[in-house]
Amino acid sequence: MSRIALRSIAIGYLAALLVVPVGMVFYRAFEKGFATAWDAVTTPPAQHAFYLTCMIALVAVPANALFGVTTAWVLARHDFRGRRVLDVLIDLPFAVSPVIVGLALVLVWGRDGWFGMTGVIFSAPGMILATIFISLPFVVREVLPVLEEEGTDQEEAASTLGARGWQTFWRITLPTIRWGLTYGVVLSTARAIGEFGAVAVVSGKISGRTETLTLFVEDRFQSLDLTGAYAAGVVLALLGVSVLTLMTLLQRRHQRSR
Amino acid sequence: MTVAARPPRARRAGNLQIGGPLAAGGFSVAWLTLIVLIPLAAVVARSFDDGLGSFFDDVTAPQAVAAMKLTLVASLIVAAIDAVMGTLIAWVLVRDEFPGKSVVNALIDLPFALPTIVAGLVLLALYGPKGPIGINIAYTRVAVIMALLFITLPFVVRAVQPVLMALERDVEEAAQSLGARPWTIFRRIILPALRPAILAGVGLSFGRAVGEFGSIVLISGNLPYKTEVASVLVYGQIESDNTTGAAAVSVVLLAISFLVLLGISYVARRGIRR
Repeated sequence: MSRIALRSIAIGYLAALLVVPVGMVFYRAFEKGFATAWDAVTTPPAQHAFYLTCMIALVAVPANALFGVTTAWVLARHDFRGRRVLDVLIDLPFAVSPVIVGLALVLVWGRDGWFGMTGVIFSAPGMILATIFISLPFVVREVLPVLEEEGTDQEEAASTLGARGWQTFWRITLPTIRWGLTYGVVLSTARAIGEFGAVAVVSGKISGRTETLTLFVEDRFQSLDLTGAYAAGVVLALLGVSVLTLMTLLQRRHQRSR
Repeated sequence: MTVAARPPRARRAGNLQIGGPLAAGGFSVAWLTLIVLIPLAAVVARSFDDGLGSFFDDVTAPQAVAAMKLTLVASLIVAAIDAVMGTLIAWVLVRDEFPGKSVVNALIDLPFALPTIVAGLVLLALYGPKGPIGINIAYTRVAVIMALLFITLPFVVRAVQPVLMALERDVEEAAQSLGARPWTIFRRIILPALRPAILAGVGLSFGRAVGEFGSIVLISGNLPYKTEVASVLVYGQIESDNTTGAAAVSVVLLAISFLVLLGISYVARRGIRR
């Protein structure tokens, strides 16, 4: 009896908070027919927003992967003064409000900022910097535990057999961390595509120029074009859900391959 | 001191040239400094730009105080609800069996996968004006709490779930055979074991809630003194070119989330030691 009560509470809570509202967005987007929704997300500003979102992710995610693998390797394989501090600082971006991230970048790269220059804030480079900032920890956090768990036996064997540093990395280390790296990249991508607050501050929100998909959703909503907002929201939700599905499938394959 | 006390790392790659680790470490530190540390330092520096008095004025302005109070109270309420509901959902996912359980399990991560602005839109579609069930919470404080509950849902569930899975059942069975009621077993045996995990999850929820922006901005209406949270206030100040005021409130927010995280990690560590 109490088991069923608890189950009902859990499912009821998830339904009211998650499932029904998400379903509602899909309903609202297609309320006036599929064609209307399709038109709303294929206007030139919408297409540009889609392009800009992809472009930013394509720069930010590889940058995070490079930084993440390097940092995880340094943390896992070397002991040095300040190692603990570096380990803690990596997580800072998760603890900082996106709006503060945006403000921080304006204060450094804005016209009157510390490294003041034009062409960073209110344009793509600033938005890329913001996206790198907020998605920085994912790859490190996924790769580091794998490196720590696997140890260095194989790497040492390779070096005993005469492999050079880079050779060991490409042939031994990289294949070992490939799952962790994949998860990190997938999570980074999801976060990069979905970022709103930090990008909103540094972008200046110029329609058709510095508007990503998330900013486009807000723009459509504020302009009372609800169909446009819901339709673009559906595009973003589908991207998010496919990332989630991909992640679940990968994990299942990973578990089987172990 | 802690470095000296740490046992030497037994297994480390010995073959890498001296230049490799140094270059890699240098790259990591330089990148982190440029991308994260310098910008955050700029916020702290800007907040004190016009002196300590001005900083104090900025953070004690009535609108700022109201926004920070709402942020803290809403985040605390959300953390408390997350602690209860998150533990309950984790329990159902681990100890209960029902058709479709794996789907429910996958759904938990949905708030992490959805962009925050979509989270706000999603709640507006159901609980906003002209919603199908006739409940309209848009532009109220309830909306702020709903949005925060949505985006923080996974933290406690995902923290508690693995601990609950690893929990040995024999103590519970012993208690049961000695006549303990289910609620007593939960309170005396299961809950103490879960406490560190719950606290860790709650800490993450709270930290996330304090800084949240995207999911709140559409549904709260951002009414000063009523539904304006701290991050929305900061955003408005940046828009109106008051970066010093924005930086001052930001520094307080950063300090709060930092202190809470420290406190939670202290409590969690004490729980493990016991």
